Amino acid sequence: MGVGIQVEHLNAWYGANHTLMDITLHIPANEATALIGPSGCGKSTFVRCINRMHETNPIARVTGTVRIGELDIYADVSPVEVRRRIGMVFQRPNPFPTMSIYDNVASGLRLNGFRNRRVLDEVVERSLIQAALWDEVKDDLKKKSGASLSGGQQQRLCIARALAVDPEVLLMDEPASALDPIATGAIEDLIHSLKGRFTIVIVTHNMQQAARVADMTAFFSISKGGEGERWGELVEYTTTETIFTNPADKRTEDYVTGRFG
Amino acid sequence: MPSRYQPSALHRFRRIAANQLASALAIASTVIVVAPLVAIFAYLLFKGASSLNLAFFTQTPKPVGEPGGGMANAIVGSGILLALASAIGVPIGIGGGIYLAEFGRGTRLANFIRFTADVLNGVPSIVMGIAIYALVVLPQKHFSAFAGGVALGIMMVPTITRTTEEMLLMVPHSVREAALGLGVPNWRSVLSITLKTASPGVITGCMLAFARVAGETAPLLFTALGNEFWSTSLGEPIAALPLQIYVYAISPYNEWHRLAWAGALVLILLIVLSVALVRYVTTRGVLKGTA
Repeated sequence: MGVGIQVEHLNAWYGANHTLMDITLHIPANEATALIGPSGCGKSTFVRCINRMHETNPIARVTGTVRIGELDIYADVSPVEVRRRIGMVFQRPNPFPTMSIYDNVASGLRLNGFRNRRVLDEVVERSLIQAALWDEVKDDLKKKSGASLSGGQQQRLCIARALAVDPEVLLMDEPASALDPIATGAIEDLIHSLKGRFTIVIVTHNMQQAARVADMTAFFSISKGGEGERWGELVEYTTTETIFTNPADKRTEDYVTGRFG
Repeated sequence: MPSRYQPSALHRFRRIAANQLASALAIASTVIVVAPLVAIFAYLLFKGASSLNLAFFTQTPKPVGEPGGGMANAIVGSGILLALASAIGVPIGIGGGIYLAEFGRGTRLANFIRFTADVLNGVPSIVMGIAIYALVVLPQKHFSAFAGGVALGIMMVPTITRTTEEMLLMVPHSVREAALGLGVPNWRSVLSITLKTASPGVITGCMLAFARVAGETAPLLFTALGNEFWSTSLGEPIAALPLQIYVYAISPYNEWHRLAWAGALVLILLIVLSVALVRYVTTRGVLKGTA
């Protein structure tokens, strides 16, 4: 089951660039939360701070606290442990190119030293079923490379790979932006079927997508300072319905009605 | 209705001509590159094949004047030297490449190592032989297969290190992120994901280095020395095909010249064979549709 995410006073930098300014955001457990906003507003950086991928960039820096359930991820545990509990799906499908479909899904467990064949078989089947890919690949599990699938299938394979380690949270960084409309629809259906069991945070450029899949929506925007500095900040965070029908902030309204961004 | 941007007849002719000229140049270059290879191999076959017989592969050299004899000791000796060289050169070379690409990127130590590797790559092989003579042979007070293997192994390192680094850097960042995102420790991700993804290129680098040192004579002159008799001991001087070819080729005897040709042919065949074998073994398990 998923857990909630408590983000308090989060600041992030890339070198001298202050990418995220003082974000405080409480993401509910077992729901889908969308992050929307113009390019460069820091929404991708924000999700990368939740599983500590941000700090894999040597010039990146972060302050503030992020709690996953009871766990303070910047104080209590190692980044490796954090990422084991928080799955991530990236913008472009990135299956391991030399591995079979089966090995791709099993990789998270195997690379952490898990070897029981029978359990791996079960996990691979369960994960592929959850990712709505099982019927399409069950005959080629060990015969075909993950890279031989279509883009949409590859992305669902990556989702299955993330689900296989049984995460509590699933982060999705524009998971459908490289896909055609039909594959996008499949991913969105998948998000619907997964929420309830996992806490899902999805970054999207596509407002209709946020409206279709998310229970809560956060709108990020870019603010500019006097001397040319710019940073991303959270403008408004409420139910998806409110964001799109009755936003409190003028900037949100401009964005969702298409006047800006 | 034809497009308004239809090219003129002259322009079209020029384009077709340029295209054909480029194709012709490419084909000509290919021929120029491949021709010497084919020529060398054909000439070796022509000069060496007639002296190849069972005795060549089973007997040790006979004294001057006695007919027959073979290079069995040199074939086995080359095998031992190359096995030892690979055991030293491949792990150190790959390890160095991993350090340069994954852990030391941008550090001064890495830049220093990269520079050293490039210089080492350009060091004449005879200098390598003298260096190992001073470092290994002199302290031990005798020539040995061990010293020869070390000399060849060190010569393999820079090539393998640099190709491993290049190949690792070609692995897309997204693949590394995928592994890290699964909660895989970095060292594990480097070994099981990045290196595995880059393995075809890394293996090519190892094979290049192997093929290069397999034909080296100079570094063996003051290290392995050569041996007219059977020896498989690492502590004794050992025969090697390139050394034997060298000795026979500069001798004044016709019989030895013929054996030298045969030895050269066998050396090339063995290199081709071992490279093909490694290729076969390492590509057997590759899946359909692997990018």
